[in-house]
Amino acid sequence: MEPFTTLSGIAVPLDEANLDTNQLCPTRFNKVAKGPRFRDILLHDRRFNADGSEKPDYILNQEPYRQAVIAVAGRNFGVGSSRETAVFGLMGFGIRSVIAPNFGDIFYNNSLKNGLLPVRLPGPTVETLIRQLLARPGATMTVDLPEQVVTGPDGARHRFEVAPLSRKRLLRGLDEIAHTQEYAGAIRRFEQSQASAFPWLQPAS
Amino acid sequence: MKTLFDKVWDSHVVAREEDETLLYVDRCLIHEGSRHTFDTLHERGLAVAHPDKVFAFSDHYIPTDPRARAGGLANLPDPEIRNMIELLERNTDEYGIARFGWGDARQGILHVAGPELGLSQPGIALVGADSHTSTHGAFGNLSFGIGASETTHVVATQTIWQRRPETLRIRIDGTPGFGVTAKDIILAVIAKIGIGGAIGYAIEYAGSTIARMSMNERMTVCNMSIEAGGRAGMIAPDETTYQFLADRPFTPKGAAWDAALAFWRTLPSDPGAAFGKEVELDAASVAPMVTWGTNPEQALPITGRVPDPDRETNAERRGEYAKALAYMGLQPNVPLGDIAVDRVFIGSCTNGRIDDLRAAAAVAKLGRAVVPTWVVPGSEGVKRQAEAEGLDRIFTAAGFEWREAGCSMCTAINGDQLTPGERCASTSNRNFQGRQGPGGRTHLMSPAMAAAAALRGHLVDVRELGGRN
Ligand code: SF4
Repeated sequence: MEPFTTLSGIAVPLDEANLDTNQLCPTRFNKVAKGPRFRDILLHDRRFNADGSEKPDYILNQEPYRQAVIAVAGRNFGVGSSRETAVFGLMGFGIRSVIAPNFGDIFYNNSLKNGLLPVRLPGPTVETLIRQLLARPGATMTVDLPEQVVTGPDGARHRFEVAPLSRKRLLRGLDEIAHTQEYAGAIRRFEQSQASAFPWLQPAS
Repeated sequence: MKTLFDKVWDSHVVAREEDETLLYVDRCLIHEGSRHTFDTLHERGLAVAHPDKVFAFSDHYIPTDPRARAGGLANLPDPEIRNMIELLERNTDEYGIARFGWGDARQGILHVAGPELGLSQPGIALVGADSHTSTHGAFGNLSFGIGASETTHVVATQTIWQRRPETLRIRIDGTPGFGVTAKDIILAVIAKIGIGGAIGYAIEYAGSTIARMSMNERMTVCNMSIEAGGRAGMIAPDETTYQFLADRPFTPKGAAWDAALAFWRTLPSDPGAAFGKEVELDAASVAPMVTWGTNPEQALPITGRVPDPDRETNAERRGEYAKALAYMGLQPNVPLGDIAVDRVFIGSCTNGRIDDLRAAAAVAKLGRAVVPTWVVPGSEGVKRQAEAEGLDRIFTAAGFEWREAGCSMCTAINGDQLTPGERCASTSNRNFQGRQGPGGRTHLMSPAMAAAAALRGHLVDVRELGGRN
């Protein structure tokens, strides 16, 4: 995983609540292998007509938002299906951090595993950020993970929380499986004690 | 004093680091969509730690058209869909993972076929590469959906890192009225707490209404926990649970059964155990529900009207309602019972079980479908049972189409889909924009309500159709 430290750049306001993972990646693209195609898969049905042509009024199809690296969105971002392709879409587009009042649980975890930082800020703060971004298209923001601070277009600093272990993994770009393998002994001991306490759990059929 | 959740969580802790817990995973369920997991295993040369704890189902991509199924996998016309099913076959063969796939009598949706096999047992930790894995919690275990990276981690290590969720108890008491089902109750819960209402929580459903439900009804309730944002949905195991589990292929037998049973009986939440949050619902106050908008909280009793955004006092809601109505092609204040539908879909991991098909058939007996109506059993097992009971003949006599088991038009990825603008009465779980096909419009409801819509060609209160006995 690519490490995440401090990210600065153009922020796109996605001024909408409940952007579920079906919107982020319509189901029919779940079969696509991870790769560059995901740039166009993100929010595909909002961005493209049925004939494949772009909808010019959708914000992600406008300059300078095509260069966005941060998205600021309404509540319940990423609820719904567990599809990790929703994260592949955002990453494919170039977005490395999403700021919203709250996130669907599975999407939140999927993001962390891919080096995309989901940032929870209070609803009124998010609304203010969205208003500022709409007023100044192309305004930049900064997401500072070491300091756990978001800097808005107006320079105001907003502190955010992120789970400590996830933060450590992101900062160092740690590989989770390799990390867990350090617990191989504990896993083996757990399996042994489970096998004697709950013998019926051992697979058989 | 511990809750059911506490007991299951605590018994699966392998290690802790900072705020996270390494939990042991007893079972992992996957499906054709798990290709990204296998891609990573290959890329990194990782092994599967316990292939015998991983179970694969062909459900999302498999066709449900009987002619396509009869023609064999090799003759499936769409190469991309065929590839997904074949990929699952190759990958599971390579790693020695059990597969309930094309041509297998046990094939079906992972959340329908898995419980039928007896894989979902009280007290275990079960994960699935699918958000509706919360279904399995109906058996008194901790079950939740995970993404592709987490699935890779689970199959490689048999564990998962988790932050401990808070607990939420939803107590449901009272006797539901005629025509009110488990689906109506869970839609009423979601309408009440919202699609973000349970984010960060593991839900335990309790109360007399839940206690009287069959396992199939309990699965319908737990299934939609994720539609309220819940990490998991759980129900304490009881005699209903044990009766369902007896003699399933993967449940213990003989002395092992007795030992398991003694343990299972210790699992229900201790009286007086504290929950982070409590919500109550009176089942007697619930009417048959339908959704009118583009997420599952946008649901109302069928006796209601399409909301008027102009009358909504909350500014944010006003905008959301207006957008939802525009997508759904609906006018404010129209009685919900006046909304005409183009087709009907009865099936999915929410309502594709035998109880659901019986309820739909009881309504189908009362008339004939006036719009195309599909009945898609959740598994081959459900299909056989329904045929043994003659339900398939009731459906076909009423002009409903009887299909093969799979996810079908719930997520519309196998080619079964709505055309743009088409409006569907559906027993599935998500009415998101485009969920049943680009531009498709979905109204969620119970199987009886969907069958009633099939007979009338519009949303209708199933209680008006009579047939009460
Ligand atoms: S029936 Fe629908 S919700 Fe259930 S597993 Fe299949 S696609 Fe997902």
